[in-house]
Amino acid sequence: MASVAAAFVDALLAAGFDFFTGVPCSLVAAPIAELERRGRWFGELREDSALGVAAGAYLAGRLPVVVMQNSGLGVSLNALGSLHLLYRLPCLLVITWRGFEGRDAPEHIVLGGVLPELLDLLRIPHRAPATDTLDADVAWAATTVRDTRAPAALLVRPGVFA
Amino acid sequence: MTTPDVLAAILPHLGDAVRVFSNGHLSRAACAVADTEASFYMIGSMGLAAPIGLGIALARPDRRVVVFEGDGNVLMNPGALARVAAAAPRNLLHVCIDNGVHASTGGQATISSRVPIDALARAAGYRSVERVATAAELAPAVAAFVGREGPAFLLVEAEADRGAPGPRVPWEPDEMTARLRRALGATS
Repeated sequence: MASVAAAFVDALLAAGFDFFTGVPCSLVAAPIAELERRGRWFGELREDSALGVAAGAYLAGRLPVVVMQNSGLGVSLNALGSLHLLYRLPCLLVITWRGFEGRDAPEHIVLGGVLPELLDLLRIPHRAPATDTLDADVAWAATTVRDTRAPAALLVRPGVFA
Repeated sequence: MTTPDVLAAILPHLGDAVRVFSNGHLSRAACAVADTEASFYMIGSMGLAAPIGLGIALARPDRRVVVFEGDGNVLMNPGALARVAAAAPRNLLHVCIDNGVHASTGGQATISSRVPIDALARAAGYRSVERVATAAELAPAVAAFVGREGPAFLLVEAEADRGAPGPRVPWEPDEMTARLRRALGATS
């Protein structure tokens, strides 16, 4: 039986996502390893740079996914505001939810406590999948980014992949 | 040479290459000098010109991509030099027009007089790096540069612009998205 991570990558590819970049987080180590195994992972150094690469990929005809920890969402606010949301560039954000329910290392508590509200402020639609809703949530994300020509986010809580 | 002088010396030699211009006066000058369907003008997201160009270059290895940035842009995100060099896209050329100041915000000095940006690109591992300071040097340097295998870096020393900048880029951001995608045959 395929792992949850492999099934997630299969679902992303089936939904039309075909360019994968970002900065790692331990909560998504398994899907990143799966993407690397398939030769489809372009690791970036900063989350806003990953968004820049994703923007370029979309301009050139790809449908991108950017993986990041929620700490990286802070780094990314200007890229989202003055690039993706301004130029109408679709992108799926796979954001790990460190600090979920206040249980994590201290550096994750503040951003973890406001993650959905931060995305709401930016009007970026989001879902937090469970293992058994991943397929449906990936399909929702693919439809949403295409229909809105803007980013949408999947929030990865502890336990979905690791 | 001012920024418009430098752009006027380079842009006519780029054919159908995709051009990515960083935000600020540089984009405005480039649009005024020579606009093309395959030109992308940033009006925000400072520091991301090279990542945007890299994404295009990786997705379309059959097309040449030329990134133009000022010194302030490169220094805001020098990690982009490292990432471009490590990815080593053969179809990416990178130009830095180094006038030593943040021209769009009042001419505040950058640190490019003490941190040579061409040396950063060389250390990162660009396949070729060249620095030119005069119009007489620039013409032959451009002739060689446009034929180079990427990632190639060209730093051009420029004077800070005096007087009013060019007109604002007339295209709405989503129009720029649509026309570049059209120029690249993007349909998905």
